[in-house]
Amino acid sequence: MHAFRFDAIDLPPEALAARRRIREFLTSEQKRRDFVSYRNSWNSFDPEFSRRAGAAGFIGVTWPREYGGAAQSSLVRFVITAEMLAAGAPCGAHWIADRQSGPQILRNGSARARRDILPRIAAGECYFAIGMSEPGSGSDLAAVRTSAVRDGEEWRINGQKIWTSNAHRAHYLIALTRTGEAGPDRHGGLTQFIVDLSRPGVTVRPIRNLAGGHEFNEVFFDDYRVADDMRVGGVGEGWRMVTSELAFERSGPDRFLSDYRLLVEMIEHLRENPDPRQEIAVGRLVAHLAALLRMSTAVAGLLERGENPALEAALVKDVGTAFEREIPEIARLLVPVLPSFEAGEPFAEALAQVMLHAPSFTLRGGTREILRGMIARGLGLR
Amino acid sequence: MESNEVFAILRDQTDRLLAEHVTREALAAADRGAWPAALWNVVAEAGLPHALVPESAGGAGLAPAEALLLLRRVGYHALPLPLGETMLANALWVAAGGAPIAGPATLAPTLPGVMVGMAREADRVTLHGTIAAVPWGDSASLVVLAQGGDNALHLALLPPPATAPVLTRNLAGEPRPTLILDGAPVTEIRPAPALAKSGMLALGAALRAQQMIGAMEHALDFALAYANERQQFGRPIGKFQAVQHMLAEAAGQFAAATAAADGILTAFGDEEAVFAVALAKARVGEAAGKVAEVAHQVHGAMGFTQEHTLHFLTRRLWSWRDEFGNEAEWQRLIGRRVLAAGGAALWPMLAGA
Ligand SMILES: Cc1cc2nc3c(=O)[nH]c(=O)nc-3n(C[C@H](O)[C@H](O)[C@H](O)COP(=O)(O)OP(=O)(O)OC[C@H]3O[C@@H](n4cnc5c(N)ncnc54)[C@H](O)[C@@H]3O)c2cc1C
Repeated sequence: MHAFRFDAIDLPPEALAARRRIREFLTSEQKRRDFVSYRNSWNSFDPEFSRRAGAAGFIGVTWPREYGGAAQSSLVRFVITAEMLAAGAPCGAHWIADRQSGPQILRNGSARARRDILPRIAAGECYFAIGMSEPGSGSDLAAVRTSAVRDGEEWRINGQKIWTSNAHRAHYLIALTRTGEAGPDRHGGLTQFIVDLSRPGVTVRPIRNLAGGHEFNEVFFDDYRVADDMRVGGVGEGWRMVTSELAFERSGPDRFLSDYRLLVEMIEHLRENPDPRQEIAVGRLVAHLAALLRMSTAVAGLLERGENPALEAALVKDVGTAFEREIPEIARLLVPVLPSFEAGEPFAEALAQVMLHAPSFTLRGGTREILRGMIARGLGLR
Repeated sequence: MESNEVFAILRDQTDRLLAEHVTREALAAADRGAWPAALWNVVAEAGLPHALVPESAGGAGLAPAEALLLLRRVGYHALPLPLGETMLANALWVAAGGAPIAGPATLAPTLPGVMVGMAREADRVTLHGTIAAVPWGDSASLVVLAQGGDNALHLALLPPPATAPVLTRNLAGEPRPTLILDGAPVTEIRPAPALAKSGMLALGAALRAQQMIGAMEHALDFALAYANERQQFGRPIGKFQAVQHMLAEAAGQFAAATAAADGILTAFGDEEAVFAVALAKARVGEAAGKVAEVAHQVHGAMGFTQEHTLHFLTRRLWSWRDEFGNEAEWQRLIGRRVLAAGGAALWPMLAGA
């Protein structure tokens, strides 16, 4: 069993310093009283918060200074993102740009894209969506049909994306398109482009989720014209890039802290007079969380050493999202209150929020079943 | 050479030594209750019982983290001996100023607050109390945390019992007798060292957590090899998605358990060790049950036979998760602390203040 690398990491001094700074920042944000922590996570969207976080230097921290970054280690970024989630900060506006679109542009984007876009992301002013899924292409991402056809110095994009989170309030998305034949391994002929959502040829339509919220969308492309220097990476190299991007998408603390605030509210609710059953159940969840935090830190360590953590990230996401899904199921039995948004009581409201979002935890960013397939491959079974 | 290179060499040597000597026959013989004297001589000659004794006192002088990692390999091979117990007993006894203990030694798994009493009768000190489930308590010297009339904590060293106690064994056939100390004379008595402050239960739980990591790894190695080799419906069973997903889930349990057990490595011996041990024993114990279940499911009926080697590992996993506090007992300790501190205190407790 030497398939996985989860070497224990001691946080370096600069990460500890970053932790002090981000905690001070979040404390001052909480004093503004303009966020309700248990209702927020990386799904919330608050441009004001993101601007202040950008101005304070908490976005794009691993990027070079010339692009607005702070040239810091992945462990510094790990600490900053984990602290934001633990505090329930409304960090959703910049989340995707900071987590995956920015790094993708930094590594594979044109000089213009890097120069024009990255500093704005780092300033907390520019937000991204992910244009991968399509109606006929969910888990089977290689089945993407949205086409991009070269037209002089430009490309013309036609087709449809779906489940595109934040497309209605982001500035850009990165679209995975078909530019050629898939080839025998089905992974060929895919190319990525930066799509400016304010330009003509792209239409965003809302899809309401089961909680009634408007978070994801359909996005239609009708002869959308994009300049060649908004291409991200080589023509036909899209597959390799999205798979490495998914490693970023999957590796972070957002894959086990989605409903951390419910755990906190549950502890607050039970702390007065806990019975042994409640003590045991809380202790079990905390033991799970402690292990996940160590695993996720180790993945940040792999990123920092320049290694590809795709496999470890899939494993942390599988274990982490299973943990996230357990929290509401345990909470509802330990504290017999009716989950409701009108309860006027933090625990019942947090439980309502989490109950109605939990199904998505093990779908978004690659389903549990797809992750287990990847893990099985890492174990030498495929 | 860097000290971690030296350690890597020692670990690989130990691995080879155990692979050579802890054979199926040796395990089966130990199962029948015979003390594996030849095996003990092998590990004793390698200096392993005194691994945690400083070099100045004639030991190998391993750092606690190294010794704990070594114990994962001991668990991997299911060594049917109190090697970890002897290492810890020696670490305690030498820290208390005693000389290294000859032969196998063990820890009395006393609960915090429930102390073995100590009495002075003329020129000798005797112990009074009942200690359940003492690992190899029938054949090992015993280190006991005892309380004197002055309420001070002491470590007492006792020789192996002269008359054999009623033999209770765990599911893996390892001796776990109850020792009734009704005026048993001690060989020596010393003030308890700082290492004993976390309590015997925590020390033993730290040991079992590491052993379980090793045993889980071995059970998974078996299961993966078997999944690739056993053919049904014209292909290896590992090609079936249901089998793949079972093993992927078990791998996740194993990885989480390893991360939890890593948490003890740096904390061992200091004030916060009990919390780290609680997190580890709770998480590792839970994973042990799941990994054993999957390993057996993958092996089909073959894995349910005495002939197969898998049960030497899984019966240990089922035993070790209960010893020195089961998951619920440690979870409760964690839960109490967390609930007493409140929601806002949880994050700094885990991520660092
Ligand atoms: C809240 C939310 C936000 C999202 N945001 C975005 C976004 O911003 N951008 C974006 O591009 N996408 C987004 N997605 C889409 C997400 O990536 C897809 O939902 C996911 O990849 C699964 O695709 P699908 O929904 O089409 O399910 P399907 O692929 O149709 O799967 C349905 C079921 O079948 C199982 N299944 C499928 N194939 C296999 C297989 N080979 N073996 C075993 N089981 C299989 C799946 O695991 C699942 O249980 C979002 C999804 C959600 C829920």
